Amino acid sequence: MHDVTSGPGFSLMQENIGYAVMTETPCVIVDVQRSGPSTGGATLPAQGDVMQARWGTHGDHEIIALAPNSAQEMFDLTIAAFNLSEKYRTPVVVLADGEIGHIREKVRIPYPEEIKLATREKAPEGLQVPDFLPFGGDREVPLTGIFGEGRALHVTGSHHMASGLRTMEPTKAEIEALVTRLCAKIASHRAEIALVEQEFLEDAELVLLSYGAPSRPSLGAVLRARAEGHKVGYLRLKTIWPFPSHVIRDLPKKVRHIVVVEMNLGQVIREVERVVCPDAVKTHLVPAIAGVVHNVSEIYKKIRELI
Amino acid sequence: MKYIREGTLPTFYCPGCGIGTIQNLFFHAIDELGRDPKTIGVVCGIGCSGLTLSPFFKADTLHTTHGRPIAFATGLKVARPEMEVVVVSGDGDLAGIGGNHLIHAARRNIGLKVFCVNNRIYGNTGGQVAPTTPYGVKTVTTPYGNPEYQFNLAELVAAAGSCYVARWTTDQPVALLNSMKKAFRLRGFSFVEIVSQCPTQYGRRVGLENPIQFLRYFREKSVRYQPEKAEEIRKNLKEDEILVGEFIHRERKELTENLKWLIEEQGGKKE
Repeated sequence: MHDVTSGPGFSLMQENIGYAVMTETPCVIVDVQRSGPSTGGATLPAQGDVMQARWGTHGDHEIIALAPNSAQEMFDLTIAAFNLSEKYRTPVVVLADGEIGHIREKVRIPYPEEIKLATREKAPEGLQVPDFLPFGGDREVPLTGIFGEGRALHVTGSHHMASGLRTMEPTKAEIEALVTRLCAKIASHRAEIALVEQEFLEDAELVLLSYGAPSRPSLGAVLRARAEGHKVGYLRLKTIWPFPSHVIRDLPKKVRHIVVVEMNLGQVIREVERVVCPDAVKTHLVPAIAGVVHNVSEIYKKIRELI
Repeated sequence: MKYIREGTLPTFYCPGCGIGTIQNLFFHAIDELGRDPKTIGVVCGIGCSGLTLSPFFKADTLHTTHGRPIAFATGLKVARPEMEVVVVSGDGDLAGIGGNHLIHAARRNIGLKVFCVNNRIYGNTGGQVAPTTPYGVKTVTTPYGNPEYQFNLAELVAAAGSCYVARWTTDQPVALLNSMKKAFRLRGFSFVEIVSQCPTQYGRRVGLENPIQFLRYFREKSVRYQPEKAEEIRKNLKEDEILVGEFIHRERKELTENLKWLIEEQGGKKE
């Protein structure tokens, strides 16, 4: 199951993303972020939906969001998104931006046999509830039953027991077990899900952190600074949610500045600030809000202000 | 009892609620038709009426978000065209919040059997006015009487393209049973509007708190639809009367059959 949209459509879908979380339905949503709020600027790129992807639907939950930065990655990360959604039985957002959505560049489409596909684990044929538990039991990601197999499944967005049946008089323990498992099955695999690309980090004193389209001028600025002998590193998030906090936490001790380059007024930078020690590492933002991706010079200028 | 899922009884309906009658008639309909519950998928929305069959019916049952059962059911029918997909939900769910899904599903003629329990109020949440509440009726959100007019659901869905449309009240169980069976026999979109009593949230405020009195009221206010006299009947219909009967009964090629044709004849076989 998949759907492709930009900001306004993404806003409309939020309720049912929560339903997919609660019913553990694998699905992929592609949000090609455009400038907002509201109708904003159709076709103007932005990265204003980062927090909406994380918290847009109500209630405690985890989400997976991937941010491609090329046409090739749009292809590759879409496959990765389907695989993650199948493996963890959860909605996955491909959080692209209007710049990547409009880009035209070479893409290598692999042969089908080169593509690895994950599929949700299905309950053995003929097994009926409660002999298998479609929503819990001792498995982190439960076995899946499908409608039309004669298993008399019950699926609901209400609090439910491992059998799928709604808890009419929900007990505290049942609700806690359900919601904590839904979150833990993703949060406890952060290191595996969180993909990053990193360059020149070994001796870096300043790190440029970016994702999506702004990562391309960011790399340009890093190369220019390096050519002039400045100790600047490059960190690009391919996975935004769950946030790769462990990668930021494990940056070399010499890093004094993290410069976040994003097409908004500061969303991922809040996560960075949450993770780093403010006495040791200063965070800086290079925003862009008018539907135009940063150019190398303005990012480079920020680097030179700091070192 | 063979149709009831273990561990789901008792139901949580208020005493005198019309949903019990509808649930009973649904089980009679599939029993008399000899349908196997394994071939039926039920989709329902939010509210008391959404819980007519879910979770009680021992079949695949999907309890969705508010207003969206027809959207979910469309997905189920397209993915599993061999299943008989039934939507049972309330007026607030299907016609209020989900009204757009309702008319478009009828227009597309997707093979869903939609049984709309119309108690003319948002009963589950405390008795707020609905798009199906008749003019002038006092509810908690219209204490001076409803200033708006009610939706004529059956005829709306007929105009939208449905293959079968009937409306009955819970006071006409035999006719209702027959309509449910007709809906099951058709391949295209079918819609049965069931005007039902909510003594707790509706009756209590309009002097019909006694369910028997409520059913008598339905009997008095029901006017039988006759296609040959349609114009005359409509002309004489009073604001508080309920037009009951079959409004349309035809067969057109169903959406998943059209899609199958599209894939097999036009899409070509993919290796």
